[in-house]
Amino acid sequence: MQLDGKIPAGPLKDKWDRHRFELKLVNPANKRRYDIIVVGTGLAGGAAAASLAELGYNVKNFCIQDSPRRAHSIAAQGGINAAKNYTNEGDSIWRLFYDTIKGGDFRAREGNVYRLAQVSNHIIDHCVAQGIPFARDYGGLLANRSFGGAQVSRTFYARGQTGQQLLLGAYGALCRQIAAGKVTMFPRREMLDLVVIDGKAKGIVARNLITGEVEKHAGDAVVLCTGGYGNVYFLSTNAMASNVTAAFRAHKRGAFFANPCFTQIHPTCIPVHGTYQSKLTLMSESLRNDGRVWVPKNSGDKRAPGDIPESERDYYLESKYPSFGNLVPRDVASRNAKEQCDMGKGVGETGLAVYLDFAEAIRRDGEEMIARKYGNLFQMYEKITGQNPYRTPMMIYPAVHYTMGGLWVDYNLMSNLEGLFVLGEANFSDHGANRLGASALMQGLADGYFVIPYTIGGYLTGESPGAVNADHPAFADVVQAVEERTRKLLSVKGKRTVDDFHRHLGLVMWDHCGMARTNEGLTRARETVRALRSEFWENVLVPGDSHDFNQSLERAGRVADFMEFAELMIVDALHRQESCGGHFNEAYQTEEGEAKRDDENFAYVAAWEFTGVGKDPELHKEDLTFENVQLTQRSYK
Amino acid sequence: MTQTINLTLKVWRQGGPGVKGRLDTYHAENISTDMSFLEMLDVVNESLTLDGKEPIAFDYDCREGICGQCGAVVNGRAHGPEKGTTLCQLHMRHFSNGDILVIEPFRARAFRVVKDLVVDRSPLDRIIQAGGYISVNAGGAPDANAAPVPQETAELAMDAAACIGCGACVASCPNASAMLFVGAKVSHLTLLPQGKPEAARRALSMVDTMDTLGFGNCSNERECEAECPKEISITNIARLNREFMKAGFFSNAR
Repeated sequence: MQLDGKIPAGPLKDKWDRHRFELKLVNPANKRRYDIIVVGTGLAGGAAAASLAELGYNVKNFCIQDSPRRAHSIAAQGGINAAKNYTNEGDSIWRLFYDTIKGGDFRAREGNVYRLAQVSNHIIDHCVAQGIPFARDYGGLLANRSFGGAQVSRTFYARGQTGQQLLLGAYGALCRQIAAGKVTMFPRREMLDLVVIDGKAKGIVARNLITGEVEKHAGDAVVLCTGGYGNVYFLSTNAMASNVTAAFRAHKRGAFFANPCFTQIHPTCIPVHGTYQSKLTLMSESLRNDGRVWVPKNSGDKRAPGDIPESERDYYLESKYPSFGNLVPRDVASRNAKEQCDMGKGVGETGLAVYLDFAEAIRRDGEEMIARKYGNLFQMYEKITGQNPYRTPMMIYPAVHYTMGGLWVDYNLMSNLEGLFVLGEANFSDHGANRLGASALMQGLADGYFVIPYTIGGYLTGESPGAVNADHPAFADVVQAVEERTRKLLSVKGKRTVDDFHRHLGLVMWDHCGMARTNEGLTRARETVRALRSEFWENVLVPGDSHDFNQSLERAGRVADFMEFAELMIVDALHRQESCGGHFNEAYQTEEGEAKRDDENFAYVAAWEFTGVGKDPELHKEDLTFENVQLTQRSYK
Repeated sequence: MTQTINLTLKVWRQGGPGVKGRLDTYHAENISTDMSFLEMLDVVNESLTLDGKEPIAFDYDCREGICGQCGAVVNGRAHGPEKGTTLCQLHMRHFSNGDILVIEPFRARAFRVVKDLVVDRSPLDRIIQAGGYISVNAGGAPDANAAPVPQETAELAMDAAACIGCGACVASCPNASAMLFVGAKVSHLTLLPQGKPEAARRALSMVDTMDTLGFGNCSNERECEAECPKEISITNIARLNREFMKAGFFSNAR
């Protein structure tokens, strides 16, 4: 099948304008006749639900948490990028576009990324109008800071809680539409399947997490904003409920999954300290503005950091990458931390950590200034580790943070299944093989506030409203399949808990499909995952029953999907015989140890079609054409 | 230094809303002091599951103190004994070997128990729906720097906006009042120039909804401020009172 990204023709800077003009519009009076299902209430979902309702559509919005205000976007710390050039450093839409394409190691579409840069400025305007308390300078204008992969300060922030503030803005807009009766909110619901009728997405089946009831919801279009799949690794910076289930079940119903092996390992997280650990905590990348990364020059140096003199410290990012220094992109910073630890220079009890040191910044700017910028992060670090980062350097280590891969979508954010739109982290579209810091918030809000409101109309004009309702027999079939799966999970009554399996799976994926990958390791991991999956279905222990608030059952369903999805990631990683961004195959590296792309053979999006559990998925390629940027070996020297 | 400790837990177990609950006793053994409180509960739940018993239901999600989904009352204190800390960020190094911990749900007339330690806090969402936002549609905003906001004002607004909506203020108030929650939202929006046009209507409508939903009145106990994991100040309640009075006496809003 030839995948068509439907990128509009014409010069890059005119594509979006032209496309918006060419998209058919739904008459304002007709909008109220359409029902749209939005799954998820993060930045993408909350923004989409609110802005679609503002336009007049009827929206049914679902979230897994007890309130739409709690989606995991809330945990984003550092900031949101925009090409405002308020700092007069020479930023522009073109530069933001170029940095994002390059940062993604040339594995994203030019058209999408350019549009993202274009709407970035509207996002900031809209968020300020919503009352987001962004940081400001003394004159009352907005302040900016720097993030990795860029040489200009273009990141807007609200202390270390930017994601929280932006999400509360979207949540406010959503609440306004709930009060207006345009959005019906369904909290504590988990989407368990997609209903496809005649090749088009027409509804979902969701479980009420309190009563256990399996519900049918029909709509004229389904918008998935269900986030990323980082929790396949068990330990990640994702919230505990983040999962791949909604996206994966859509995949099993025919939606292609694109570039699943593109995962981002964030360089600045609090190191792992015990087997009981349930999650990892990120320390915002913004800390790299002022913190200096170092390890002892000599391997095995176990002295306390304060006892190691300057001359015996290796500020390896600064010496290796003089122009970007501590602000190299995430994939580069992560791999370098691993390399230092592999050489035995890692610090802390486990030797799997490097220092992030603020001593110089505190000397330069004073403790008060540092506290104002990062106070809540320092406090969080101290709570978790019991150490005071004002006095002793932080210890950090890379951890799984974000997944660039996701369901395949075209320029309209519609998947190959008609009527199924995918937004935010759940799609694959804008970050290529590596996402730059402060770009996830930008993409989620761009998709929700400024892309889907236009593109969904183009699809709906061809659909008669309310053509299908939940009494259609297709819904009953899907409900039956969902209930059968639940029954199966509960009936195994084995000896290993869900978390035990999940931890095991996570370890396999971290070791073999994590920061560095080898063909041999991946091949072995595929076998291990298959074996673990069969064991899961024979030996998992899920207590309780299905007609109740049953958190073990919720997790069991998610882990069951991770077990299948993990194999898809491995297959994708194995097929991509190159290194790019977050996908690093040790066989493909430059002499300096950087990811070495193979543009001749792999400058495409790998979109996988489901063919059955345990069967090889079918590969569909969407070639990436670059008309405006030259493909280069990324260099941050 | 990492140590391991043993604890006795007395945990509220309740099958569902309207069902009679009770405190059951569990032993949490070999608990690393580096664990978070919720990880300690995970460990207890793993062993309950393996013993064929029903694990304890409790809410959680981000486990980094920002989503506001977790929360329980530990030895009489919402989110436990540490100041400015959510339950997920409370670490076991703050407890000693042999401690007895009584763990209960957030209790308030407006919060129904869903199961064990899980409560229904949707009334807080309904208060926000009553006006806790600025009415702007996507698309029409002026340039972000069109209206300067003094840094001090922006910082005050941010202090109030830091609320995570966990409900600890309600659970710790003897009147189960939501005044700190409402005060924080009203302050955040009213302080900013963008929020002023709707200030009067917002204050009246949110307070009215809060009363309708069964939250109590503020009688200056200050327990909310003491237990708030984000240390939201009760000056926000004073500001809410001012806004409410101003709206009632001097505006046409109702």
